[in-house]
Amino acid sequence: MRQAAQILAALAAGLTFGLGLALSGMLDPARVRGFLDVAGAWDPSLAFVLAGAVAVSALGYAAARRLQAPAFAPSFSIPTGQRIDRPLILGAALFGIGWGLSGFCPGPAVAALSTGALPVVVFVAAMLAGMAAHRLLTRPPEAQPAVTDVPAR
Amino acid sequence: MGAYLPSLAGGVLIGLSATMLLLLNGRIAGISGLVAGLGRPPDRRWAADLAFITGLILGPPAFALFAGHWPEMRMVAPLPLLAVAGLLVGFGTRLGSGCTSGHGVCGLARLSPRSIAAVFTFLATGMLTVVLARVIVP
Repeated sequence: MRQAAQILAALAAGLTFGLGLALSGMLDPARVRGFLDVAGAWDPSLAFVLAGAVAVSALGYAAARRLQAPAFAPSFSIPTGQRIDRPLILGAALFGIGWGLSGFCPGPAVAALSTGALPVVVFVAAMLAGMAAHRLLTRPPEAQPAVTDVPAR
Repeated sequence: MGAYLPSLAGGVLIGLSATMLLLLNGRIAGISGLVAGLGRPPDRRWAADLAFITGLILGPPAFALFAGHWPEMRMVAPLPLLAVAGLLVGFGTRLGSGCTSGHGVCGLARLSPRSIAAVFTFLATGMLTVVLARVIVP
């Protein structure tokens, strides 16, 4: 029962997200490029997308802080890391370059799959390949061959 | 101001979605993380994550149903460049633990220092890339 509720909630949230992306103009790579083109004909409209989204989700976090647990799950699953390290900055930098080149970030690209447009399919396929490449390069320790016992010193 | 209203309303819907996922299922609406997570061996959350992505893909057709037209999409890069960009976005969002949704929306909303640093970084390299690309290919 609880898992069914969780699946329905996720489906409704995903649909709301996709509707928001379509309404906001985020699916249009030319609009996104216009927002990033600060030295040209800058189009600030997408800043309103971020402002609206952050303002509403900040209310959501404020509400979450008052709750013991979410409605359909045993606990909240929120990242706790604080460290600003090299992978974070390097990864964000690479992502920004890809975003600037294409006008696509993951949410709009995945949502736009429903249009069936070939450029979107090519972008998402390459994105999945990039994710797979990262997974192959950074295997979790338990996937490595076991290290033979080293005598304690 | 009127031109910005759909953007603001779309942003509010995105924030509402992140709030729903958080308060109902306890999860962060980070699209790159959810998509990459579908490649793991299925656990208790896998079906719900797939449901979120399914809903996300149904968003644009639902919009078309209400608006009477598909959302506008004007490509800015040829296919080979889109493939390169996709690789960078896929690899970069995993290495950097998030994208515009996870770091940009959810991370800024809870004032995470990591997310604030990530957002400044990808906005900076994104803007630099667009400006440089315009200089090279006017």
